[in-house]
Parts: sequence; structure tokens; C-alpha cells
Amino acid sequence: MSYLINGEAGSSHLLMGNEAIVRGALEGGVSVATGYPGTPSSEIVESLAGVAKERNLYVEWSVNEKVALEVAAAASFAGLRSMCVMKQNGVNVTSDFLLHLASSGTRGGMVLVSCDDPGALSSVNEGESRLFAKMVEIPLLEPGDFQEAKDITKWAFELSEEIRNLVMIRSVTRMSHASGNVRYGKLPDGKAHAQFDFHGSLLDQEKGPMISMVVSAAELQHGPQQEKLRKAAGIFEECPFNTYNGPERPELLIVTSSACNLYSREAIKALNLEKKAGVLKLATTWPLPRNVIKRHFALTDRIMIVEEVLPTLEENIKVLAAEMAPEIGIKTFYGKRSGHIPSVGEMNPDLVIGALSSVLGLKRKSMPEAFAGKARKLAETVVPKREMTFCPGCPHRASYWSIHNAIEMDNRKGFVCGDIGCYTLGMLPCGFSTLKTVHSMGSGSGIASGFGKLTQFGMDQPVVAVCGDSLFFLAAMHAMAIAVLQTSPFSLVSLDNSGTAMTGFQAHPGIAANAMGEEMPALDIAEICRAMGARVEKADPFDLEGTRKALNEMMEHREGAKVLILQQACALSPQRKGRKSYEMEIDEEMCLGEECGCNRICTRIFGCPGIVWNREKGVSTIDELICTGCGVCADICPQGAIKRREAE
Amino acid sequence: MGSAGFNKDPYSLIITGVGGQGNVMASRVLGSMFVNKGFSVTVGETFGASQRGGSVMSHIRISEGSSWSPQIPAFGADIIAAMEPVEGLRVLAQYGNPRCTLICNTHPVYPVNVIKGEDAYPSLGDIKRHVKSLTPHAIFMDATEEARSLGNPILANMIILGALCGVGRLPVGHGDFREAIAERVKTDQVALNMRAFDAGIALLGR
Repeated sequence: MSYLINGEAGSSHLLMGNEAIVRGALEGGVSVATGYPGTPSSEIVESLAGVAKERNLYVEWSVNEKVALEVAAAASFAGLRSMCVMKQNGVNVTSDFLLHLASSGTRGGMVLVSCDDPGALSSVNEGESRLFAKMVEIPLLEPGDFQEAKDITKWAFELSEEIRNLVMIRSVTRMSHASGNVRYGKLPDGKAHAQFDFHGSLLDQEKGPMISMVVSAAELQHGPQQEKLRKAAGIFEECPFNTYNGPERPELLIVTSSACNLYSREAIKALNLEKKAGVLKLATTWPLPRNVIKRHFALTDRIMIVEEVLPTLEENIKVLAAEMAPEIGIKTFYGKRSGHIPSVGEMNPDLVIGALSSVLGLKRKSMPEAFAGKARKLAETVVPKREMTFCPGCPHRASYWSIHNAIEMDNRKGFVCGDIGCYTLGMLPCGFSTLKTVHSMGSGSGIASGFGKLTQFGMDQPVVAVCGDSLFFLAAMHAMAIAVLQTSPFSLVSLDNSGTAMTGFQAHPGIAANAMGEEMPALDIAEICRAMGARVEKADPFDLEGTRKALNEMMEHREGAKVLILQQACALSPQRKGRKSYEMEIDEEMCLGEECGCNRICTRIFGCPGIVWNREKGVSTIDELICTGCGVCADICPQGAIKRREAE
Repeated sequence: MGSAGFNKDPYSLIITGVGGQGNVMASRVLGSMFVNKGFSVTVGETFGASQRGGSVMSHIRISEGSSWSPQIPAFGADIIAAMEPVEGLRVLAQYGNPRCTLICNTHPVYPVNVIKGEDAYPSLGDIKRHVKSLTPHAIFMDATEEARSLGNPILANMIILGALCGVGRLPVGHGDFREAIAERVKTDQVALNMRAFDAGIALLGR
């Protein structure tokens, strides 16, 4: 992380979009940063934590996004600059406090960063956070390249202090996780001092209490809040980050923002349309800069909006265009609503090239079919697909093996309610298709608690919820509280791999260190569950028989809440990575292959990438480079052909 | 090494492989080498859920001017470096063209469906034949074996990076790599990474 604070002002560095946001926050004098990990946002808080000591910051991985925003708000109320970071889904979680915060306003510059994941590359769904800015009436900024990601973040703190309200920045995966040149500015020296003033009147934004609801709230708070937004709109008319590239009177005007700006530029170059089409790239996407748009719309008749997820920009622009029609005339629009831009999924240059070609009636220049057809055929017929699977030596594979087998043995059509993390893959064959519901963070526990109460309507299937260790604190413990209270026959399996593994081992309340690496007393999931009134057992998922027995006992016990903690560190965790417990070997004489009757249980069903079916020899073999030496597969071979011996 | 600049702007490279092979590290080191030389670089990366056994890809755009799309248009790559052979073929089929150079590690990482015996993994001979039907400019090397002889198979990424820089189309070399790798790894790891980089250049001659 040192390159984030050591570079001279004026020097150029290759930074990820997320790192550019970090550098911008540091240049903007941020003092407090909070968040909850989630792809593609996690590197922001992580990188800030990495420089917390040198820059005198307080950085926190919070228990969830709502608490994260509250902690950051406290810093702002006390006059400090603060930032709160989350993935798109986190904005849903924090939205209740968000509305209140937007109403009370802020003091020290405060920035909310949401990293959206168009195409759901690393998400359960393809959500949209831009609408929240409109809904809670705060300004929204979207950087159009990496330099802007830094510059806009720094500027966002100034804007927030200017209007005394929260400013939201929205990034997307291809901005957050892509990298580009960033020229550094200066880091501030001054020391921040925190004090909360509250002696002024209820409506005194500078010295009064920070309260989102006062008597006659609608009139007294909502009005001034909208005034702040109007002030932002005025500032946006002069914002240097709204730029236009193209001819004076373009035949077609593209209006876009964020990563789609780069796709649009690429498409114009690929089609040699520099003299015909222009790109109006907006960085201030709520509220929209009315006069900027009017100026550009007056010089063209055809407008294409390039954006991802919902037609948010398109619809907001069309409202303005309708209002301005008497002055600028009627325009023709192309975008998601006309079908020129896909309504779902991530954008890329080829999709913009296709849309431009269709609108302008171009015969698309592309690879001759002789090559393209051959390439397509090879990709479809020769190249094997790579399905997602658990890593070699992953404790989740072993846990699902036992859960699946325990449910089969129980034989009452039991099922598992899933949740969010690496273990969501339990819905796929790599997890033996064990999960039968998957929704938002913590929902598996709430849904399982609900199923448990359906006995009164004749439901007698055993229900098990799974949740990770970080998720237990985020949301599952609340579901368990009501399950205990309502005596729901609730069974929770905590897949405790000792870290927020999916996003890169960030700290959570069950870990004995915080985001900044300081030692902390860890909260014990087992003790919390016992204190809440649940029966708690622990097992090692690598002990297949012991785990299966514990699961069956849990399912047989119909009354009250039961928790089984399956504890084994993630195979990629610092404590396990590169260390084998066992050297594994397959005795080729003992492996009977297709003749065995096991139906190749090790390679075909268990499916650990460390064991490979050798077609020529008709036996299974261990891939030493991939095997992590967990030893679990030795217990699934009915022939005992898989041998483990203690590693040195 | 190549000439002072490129014959194309932006120049487009892809580094591909399977999650866990050090794809992201290689792409960022390569990107830094060009930023340090004064180029404008954009690196687009696919990671996240793909780390769990999936294909990974980094798109690198090098320009005299500005940032470009972090995704290269179809058939638009100038060089592809693959740390896994079928990933090399997969990416060549989507982003390659008859002028595109492929540098390809020959050590396979089997997809889960191949491990299960449900899908066939093409032989190295077949992969080479298919690659050559798409481009005559293909170089194959067992970077994983070479990395193992250096002490750690993960170094295959730096070996492939060495070959990529040594193939004569990029205006960067040994010294640029030293500067960029030193920014990203611990001081005591620099020498080993340098050896891997140089081994990649040496493999081109074999």
C-alpha cells in the first residue's frame, strides 16, 4: 500500500479504480473510513486500513453497512471528513439510515461510495444503486476514468461541505477493478480535530443537534434538503468533469457515464466515426446539469444513451428533454428502451459498436467470417468449459458432503436454506446441489426460522440454514433471536472458516484483530448462541463421520434452536495456504476405476480439483500441484485406495 | 527488445489463465512497466468469483494518449500470454486474429468437468494444431516445469511475463521489470522473480 502515500505530487502511477478512490480520499483529508466487505468494493477500505497508522485514520470493517454509515456519520457530525464504502447490495441494507442522514445533513465532508456490479460478475444479482441518490435526494457522481476516480473523490468532500449533505459516488466493477494512470496531487498535512457541537437551535445546521425529524418535518427539513440539491445542481453546471468529445454538430450524440464512457470512445474509434458522433460524458448524474444538456442537445437531433443495469440516466434525461422541447425541438432517442442497448448484463465496446452500427445503418466492419466462424467453432467444440467449483481442500466441500449425506439418511425430504459467501456455490453440483433457497445476506436463517414455524400447517420436513462466520454477525444472529423466542425448530450450521474468506479475509467481530491489524477481543459465536438459548455443538468438517453424526442428531432434535459450528480454516487462508497436513497418494492397484461400483465417487461426485480421473489408465490420480493435503478424500473411497500419510 | 514505441494505438495485450495462477499480479507488473516508461495504460481484470477454479483474464491497453476500454473488442488483441493451454486457445478464438502472437504455457489445469470425466481435455498436439489454424505466431513453453525447478510453480506467471517482454514486440525489458516488480513484492523476493523473468526470455531461444 505504500505506493498510495509515498508518490510525489505530479507523479503518475498505475492504480486500480478503487485505489484511485483511496488516493482521492487521502488527498481530500479523510479521517474516518468504514464499510463492509463486498466485491467489487473491498479494496477501498482495505487499502485505507493499510495506511491508517501513517495517515492517522480510523478505519473500520463494520458489522454491516448500516452501522458502517452510522459510524462514518458520527465523524462528519464532529466535523471530520469521512467515507463509507460498500457494494451495491450494501446500499439496500443501509438505506433506512441513508434517508435519515440525507434529511439531517452532514458537517465534515461525507462521501458514500457504492460499487455496483453490472452483469453480476461477483454478485448474486445485478442491482442498481443510482436510484437511491434520486430517492433520498443527494448528489450522485460517477467517475469516467481512473484519474477522475481520484479527482472526483477529492472534490466530493468539498462539495459535501459546500452543500452540507452527503455526496454519493458510484463506481462499477470495470472501474473499481480496472487500473489506469493516475497523476497524484498533494496530501494535506493538517491534523483533524473532532468535536460535536449541539447548542444551537434545532434547525441550525452548523451548531444545532443533528436530528432528522423535527416537528413539522416535511416543511422544516425536507425543504432545506431540496435546497441543498438545487445548490449542487447549480455547481454541476460548471463541473469540469462533465466533458464533451466530438464534432461541433454531431450526427449522433452519445450521452454516457462511468465505464461506458470508455466503451463508447472505443466504439467510435473502431468505426471511424470521429467526425460524425460525439460523446457527452456526465460525471454528475444526479441532479443532471440541465444547461449543459440543453447546450449539447440543441446541436443534434439523435441521441443515444449508453449505460448499464436500469435505464436510469435515459429516463432522467428524457424528462429534461421533454421540458426543453419547445426550445430545442423534438429529439429521437436510442438506448435501453428502444432495444439498441441491452436491458440486462454488462456493456462492452462490441455492444456499443453494434448499437452505433444499427442506428447509423453502417455495414459493420468486423473480422471476415472465414476466421470468425472457425474461431467460434473451435471455442464451442474443442475448448472445455470451466464451471465454478470450491477450491481444492475447501472445508465447504467437506461440509456439504456431510450435510447432503445426513439429509439423505434422515429421509424426511429435508433441505438447506443457503446464504451469501463462497458457500453459495452449494447450490451447484460442486456442493452436491444442497442449497434450496438463496437470497440476500442472512436470509437463509430468517427463511429457515419461518419454515420451522410451518409445522402448524403440517410441514414436517427438517430445515437447516447455513451461514458463514462474518455473516453470523451481519444478520443471522437476528434471525436466530426470533427463532429462539418463537421456539422454531431452527437448525443453523455455521460454516466457520475463520475469516471473510470470499472477499479476502477482512476482519469481523469474531476475529481477534480489527481492520487496521490491531489485536481485539474476538466475539465467540458458540458463546453468543448459548447465551441466546440455543444448543451448540462443534465439529471439524474434515472429520466426515463425526460431522454427519452431529448433523443427524441435530435434525432428530425437533425442539428449539440448535447450532452446529463446523470449524476449519479456508484453504486459501494464511494459516493453511502452502501447508499440507497430509501427503496424498492413490494406490493404482487398489483403485478399481469403472469396475468398482462406486461410480467414480472421488472424481465424479466429490469433485475436488486435486483428484483427477485418468482416462488412459482407468484410475484416479492425485494432482500434487493442486492437492492441498486436507486428507478428506481418503475417507470417501470405498476401496481404501486413497492413502494419506502425515506430511513432514 | 522492441523499438521505442508501438505501431498501433492503443496496443492491446491479454494475459489469461486460471484463478490462483497469479494473473492479476502479472498484469499489474506489466502495466506498471509501461506507466514508468510514460505510457498511458488501462488494465481490465476479471476476478472475484472467477478465483474459484474459473478462467481469468486481464486486458492491457497501452497508449501514447489516454485511458481506453478495460475490455478489448472481439478479435482485437495484438499479443496474448496464456498461463494455461486451453485458456490460450479460448482467448485466441475470442480476441485473436491472424496477426496476433500467442505465448502459451503447456501445463494444463483441468476444469472440474474434465476431472469428473464428463468433458474431454484436448491433447497438447491438438491444441497446438488448432492454435496454428488461427495464427502462425504461436510459442509454447512449459513455464510451470521451469518454475518448479526455480522452487515454486507460482513463478510461472513471471516466466510467461519474461517471454512476453522478450518476444520482441514490446519496448520493455529486464530493467523495467526490476523497477516494477520491486514496487509489488517484498525486497527478498525481487531476485527470485528476476530469475523467473529472465528464464522466460531464455525459454524463447529453446
